Amino acid sequence: MSEKVLMKGNEALAEAAIRAGCRLFFGYPITPQTEVSAYMSKRMPQVDGLFLQAESEVAAINMVYGAAGAGARVMTSSSSPGISLKQEGISYIAASDLPCLVVNIVRGGPGLGGIQPAQSDYFQAVKGGGHGDYHLVVLAPASVQELVDLTAEAFDIGDMYRVPVMIMGDGMLGQMMEPITFGEPKKRNLPEKTWATTGTAMQRKKNVVNSLYLTPEELEELNNERAKRYAAIEENEVKVELQQVEDADLVLVAYGVTARIAKTAAAIAREKGMKVGLIRPITLWPFPKKEIANAAKSAKCFLTVEMSQGQMVEDVRLAVNGAKPVHFYGRNGGIVPTPDEIVKEMEKLLGGANE
Amino acid sequence: MKKVFERPHALSDVTLHYCPGCTHGIVHRLVAEVIDELGIEGNTVGIASVGCSVFSYNYFECDMQEAAHGRAPAVATGVKRALRDKIVFTYQGDGDLAAIGTAETVHAATRGENITVIFINNTTYGMTGGQMAPTTLVGQVTQTTPYGRKTETQGYPINMSEMLATLEGTAYIERVAADSVQHIRAAKKAIKKAFETQIAGKGFSMVEVLSTCPTNWGLSPAESMQWLRDNMIPQYPLGVFKEKE
Ligand SMILES: Cc1ncc(C[n+]2csc(CCOP(=O)(O)OP(=O)(O)O)c2C)c(N)n1
Ligand code: SF4
Repeated sequence: MSEKVLMKGNEALAEAAIRAGCRLFFGYPITPQTEVSAYMSKRMPQVDGLFLQAESEVAAINMVYGAAGAGARVMTSSSSPGISLKQEGISYIAASDLPCLVVNIVRGGPGLGGIQPAQSDYFQAVKGGGHGDYHLVVLAPASVQELVDLTAEAFDIGDMYRVPVMIMGDGMLGQMMEPITFGEPKKRNLPEKTWATTGTAMQRKKNVVNSLYLTPEELEELNNERAKRYAAIEENEVKVELQQVEDADLVLVAYGVTARIAKTAAAIAREKGMKVGLIRPITLWPFPKKEIANAAKSAKCFLTVEMSQGQMVEDVRLAVNGAKPVHFYGRNGGIVPTPDEIVKEMEKLLGGANE
Repeated sequence: MKKVFERPHALSDVTLHYCPGCTHGIVHRLVAEVIDELGIEGNTVGIASVGCSVFSYNYFECDMQEAAHGRAPAVATGVKRALRDKIVFTYQGDGDLAAIGTAETVHAATRGENITVIFINNTTYGMTGGQMAPTTLVGQVTQTTPYGRKTETQGYPINMSEMLATLEGTAYIERVAADSVQHIRAAKKAIKKAFETQIAGKGFSMVEVLSTCPTNWGLSPAESMQWLRDNMIPQYPLGVFKEKE
């Protein structure tokens, strides 16, 4: 199907997952992502799939572990407090080299926080919210169409590298209605899941899905093998959008819906004669370090804009590596920054330069 | 010459790491014999849990997954829902099943999840050195109840079989013991019945096996068997608590 349809972010995500071959969804209700569950509970039975409402996020993610270990395309979705509960399972999934999709429609925190849009789970997502050395591939769509496209991509990346993948959105993206098309996702050559526990049929040696290794040498070797896959992901899977960076004095760095607001701010700033560009990381891990380092050669400064107290800004600073000043502007607790606020920030930073 | 005793095919040809006199080994053997007799090894996925039996993924010849502490019933749910025609069982201790994993246990049971749970009740946390478990008897001395379990501060032992039998979703629940030849024979029958319940698609089945932990009880293997009989069976009576037709 390639005609345009008008869909809410959360529902489009669910439909995209089904079209990508996901037939198992385990979840627990939490605002603002309940539409994902509601849609799944209606759609899954129509495609001989399963929607199961678990007793908790802890149970849901461990169901995902079991199903992923059995070789299925499987997902769960939740919002910040629920994602905290899933961290145990995510660490085990990463350690057992299982692919799956975890969706976080982020809300304001910490604690129970609020239900309005936020980006305050960045650290948890990209630095490994659970214990141990591991990474999630983290995708941060900025539109409903991109959410649809990245959902299919997320399953493929997971299968290709045997890693869990997270899609990070927020309540705004989840609720937003936009026209979309469900295109044919680009086909990757995916390895067969020869490791899955599907029963030996007395035809092969048994498969074991496990993360316990009491011999330090063995554990280190396995961790190092996984690190090679992480390095390959960093090499091959970075996605980033650059806009008018070449001649920019100031480069905005923002992701998700914040990047859309930053784009508007950049356009206003250009009209006012400020040379402003934008870098929008689409993958938060792997992070577009090279592109940011490259921009640091020509730009005078950076302004990272987030719906948090400043989390991604640390990665921007690492990428810039002291070459240029990196500033931060953010709102949090569920407050969305306005283009005008961002323009004002930029005027403060570029004030001298443009007079 | 006819062999009269051999290792079940479903039990791997490796040395089990259990302490001398520990009944985990006996129960492993019973499960493996049942898998052999039902001819389901190639069709079965087992879920190991966290506790002394954590390495059971090395001991059963079928495909295995190792679950986080307490999460085996949720992991089993994921496997079973992905592979509807496979046989799925968990093997869990009492800390795993009745403390940290209580929610996963109760909800797998009430959903009528068509899986089989082998539940080892040895009244203690064996692996971490013999702390109080939810199943620890009143007055029982453990590492974390050095003055004996007191009901005022630590409450009462939990009878999981009786509790789960009240749930509509459970199809077969029996408590057995691994302390004598007669009881071990009955235990095997119960385990077989539990797997047959799953094969028939009837819903959640569980066999609670009263077991020993000589190491942490500070008793010899023989004394442990006697202790089980004298102290555990009065609190945890043997029998079938649920059998759906
Ligand atoms: C989340 C978590 N908490 C604590 C532990 C430590 N731990 C390992 S085994 C165990 C107790 C297991 O006891 P039980 O389930 O009764 O099995 P047994 O060892 O007696 O066979 C604990 C608390 C852990 N592995 N994971
Ligand atoms: S510590 Fe106890 S339960 Fe664990 S293997 Fe030894 S005897 Fe068995």
